[in-house]
Amino acid sequence: MILDSKIPAGPLSEKWSNHKFNLKLVNPSNKRKYEIIVVGTGLAGASAAASLAELGYNVKAFTFHDSPRRAHSIAAQGGINAAKNYQNDGDSVHRLFYDTIKGGDYRAREANVYRLAQVSVDIIDQCVAQGVPFAREYGGLLANRSFGGAQVSRTFYARGQTGQQLLLGAYSAMNRQIAAGKVKLFNRSEMLDLVVIDGQAKGIVTRNLVTGAIESHAAHAVLLCTGGYGNVFYLSTNAMNCNVTAAWRAHKRGAMFANPCFTQIHPTCIPVSGDYQSKLTLMSESLRNDGRVWVPKSAEDKRKPTEIPEGDRDYFLERKYPSFGNLVPRDVASRNAKQACDDGLGVGVTKLAVYLDFADAIKRDTEALVRAKYGNLFDMYAQITGENPYQTPMRIYPAVHYTMGGLWVDYNLMTNIPGCYALGEANFSDHGANRLGASALMQGLADGYFVIPYTVGDYLAGIGPEQVTTDRPEFKEAIAQVQAKIDKLLSMKGAKTVDELHRQLGLTIWDYCGMSRSTEGLKKAKGIVEDIKKEFETNLMVLGSNEEMNQSLEKALRLADFLELGALMIQDALDRNESCGGHFREEFQTPDGEALRDDENYAYVAAWEYQGGHQDEVLHKEPLKFENVKLTQRSYK
Amino acid sequence: MNLTLKIWRQANAIAKGEMKTYKLSGINDHMSFLEMLDVLNEDLQKKSEDPVVFDHDCREGICGSCSLVINGRPHGPLQTTTCQLHMRSFNDGDTIHIEPWRAKAFPVIKDLMVDRTAFDRIQHAGGYVSVNTGSALDANNIPIGKEIADEAFNSATCIGCGACVAACKNASAMLFVGAKISQLAMLPQGQAERKKRAEAMVAQMDAEGFGACTNTGACSAECPKEISMANIAMMNREYLGAKLTSEAV
Repeated sequence: MILDSKIPAGPLSEKWSNHKFNLKLVNPSNKRKYEIIVVGTGLAGASAAASLAELGYNVKAFTFHDSPRRAHSIAAQGGINAAKNYQNDGDSVHRLFYDTIKGGDYRAREANVYRLAQVSVDIIDQCVAQGVPFAREYGGLLANRSFGGAQVSRTFYARGQTGQQLLLGAYSAMNRQIAAGKVKLFNRSEMLDLVVIDGQAKGIVTRNLVTGAIESHAAHAVLLCTGGYGNVFYLSTNAMNCNVTAAWRAHKRGAMFANPCFTQIHPTCIPVSGDYQSKLTLMSESLRNDGRVWVPKSAEDKRKPTEIPEGDRDYFLERKYPSFGNLVPRDVASRNAKQACDDGLGVGVTKLAVYLDFADAIKRDTEALVRAKYGNLFDMYAQITGENPYQTPMRIYPAVHYTMGGLWVDYNLMTNIPGCYALGEANFSDHGANRLGASALMQGLADGYFVIPYTVGDYLAGIGPEQVTTDRPEFKEAIAQVQAKIDKLLSMKGAKTVDELHRQLGLTIWDYCGMSRSTEGLKKAKGIVEDIKKEFETNLMVLGSNEEMNQSLEKALRLADFLELGALMIQDALDRNESCGGHFREEFQTPDGEALRDDENYAYVAAWEYQGGHQDEVLHKEPLKFENVKLTQRSYK
Repeated sequence: MNLTLKIWRQANAIAKGEMKTYKLSGINDHMSFLEMLDVLNEDLQKKSEDPVVFDHDCREGICGSCSLVINGRPHGPLQTTTCQLHMRSFNDGDTIHIEPWRAKAFPVIKDLMVDRTAFDRIQHAGGYVSVNTGSALDANNIPIGKEIADEAFNSATCIGCGACVAACKNASAMLFVGAKISQLAMLPQGQAERKKRAEAMVAQMDAEGFGACTNTGACSAECPKEISMANIAMMNREYLGAKLTSEAV
């Protein structure tokens, strides 16, 4: 299969406007004849559902939550980037594009990233118009901050709750369309299969989580806005219910899954404290603007952090990267923290943590000012750890946070299954091998507000408004398959709970396919994952029935897909014989321990094709062409 | 820690529920309250007993999924969400009562999980600014004073968890509704639909069966995001102003 990215011809800065002009339009009176299914109601899903309904399409929106407002976009803390250059500090669309491509370690498409930077400015306008209360200066204009390794201040924010405010904005826009009857909301409904008829996506199968009813829904197009797969690691900063199931079922129906091994480990999270732990909590990396990361110089140093004099501390990021210091990109910061702990210099009971120290900031700016900037984060830290971060340094450690990989999509955000789209974190498209801070919100909203309303029309105009119904045998077959899967899980009556097996999977992926990977480790992990999968298929315990609220069953259905995804992540990591961004292969590093890319052989998107589950997936390569940036070794020194 | 848990168990919306007692041992005081329930659920499953159903998701205090009335207080003894409550707030040997939100407008789905879609329907009635994608002005065209922006933000931090309703003896939703009405009434973007919004949201709130406000302040005292009672006052003002000049009969 040849993967056609459909990147428009012409100069980079004109591709999107030319493309928009060339896309087919659907006549306004015909739009109401089309049905579009949107799965997931986070930033990408809610913004897409609202925008498409405003255009006149009939939208069915699905969420497994009780309310769309619970989607995990809500937890994004730091901010959203936009190339507004309100601060007159040299930002531009081109600079945001360049930073994103470089930050992604040159593993993203130029055209997609450029478009993202272009529409970033419209997102801010849209959100402000919805009543999103961004931070402002005393003069009444919008405030910005520098974030996540950027050297310009282009990040818009709403205290430490930017994701919440943006999601509530998109949620409100969708609510308006629900009131207008153009969006029909299905809550507590989880997508369990994609229905493909004659090669085109025509609907989905869902399970009503309250009643257990297996239902099918037909439409002209299906948009998967279902987030990332970080919970394959069990412990991550994702919400407990985040999962890969919708995307994975599309994958099993033929949609390629791209770059699954590109996962982002966020450097500033609260460390793991025990085996019972259910999730990890992120502390916004805005903290690195004022906090200084250090470990004791000696592994034997048992003193309290406040008693260790300056001379006995190693501010390792400032030492190794004098020009970026504590603000190096996430992958670099994470890897260095791991290195420090691997060298025995970790702090705290588990020795898997480094200090993030605000003493200098408090001395310089006063505690009041630090509180004004980070109060809610400090409170959260104190609540979780029982320590006061105004008096003693925070302990932080990297944790899984975001997944750059996802369903392969072309420039129109369509997967290789016609009519099936993937938006936001669910696709692979814009962040390459590493995402910059404050870019996830930007991408989710760019896809939903400003890309899909144009591109989906082109497809719909092409297929025509002929109605699709769930009477087709493909729907009945898909329902039967889902039912059979559920019956099997419930009838097994084994000894292992879902969480037990999920923990094992997570630990395996974390140890061998996490912050650093080696051929040997990955091969070992492959065997372990196979064993866990076998156990899952023969010795799983799921109590209760299908016809009720059954959270164990929900989790079991999700874990089945995580197990297959985990195997693919390992395969992808083994294939990529280079280090880039979040993918650090120990065999491929520079003499001073930095990621060593191999642009000659690996400047491609790895798109994997499912082969039925009993044999390895097949790799298809989409070569990445760089015409506007020069590939360089990323250096933050 | 060793604990005695008394938990509301109810098989479904129409079944009769009851408090059941569970003994739990080996609880670590660094665990979150929900992790303690995870441990209970693993124990129950190992004994082939149905795990306790409860809503939860982000476990970092922002999604608003988690609920639980703990020893008579929504989200427990601290003014935070249940997921941010840790076992160090309890003592070895404690008996802890765990119940769902209690309100007519929040029917129980199962055990500790309730249906809060009434909140969504109130938002559908008018909790938005009518602006189509693409038709916005430049974001800096309308300056908004920092004080106003900050106040609007304070109202906008509501997470829709429903603790206000659970805390109120009348099961009133006025803090929740007031927060959205106030946020948009304070901002220039919300002006065009200001009156219509206040009328429509209040009407939907009443239709959902939430009670009236008698100013006890329990809602704000239990709100994990510390939404102020001033939002209720503002909502009353907005509603009255809208009604006095309303074109609707």
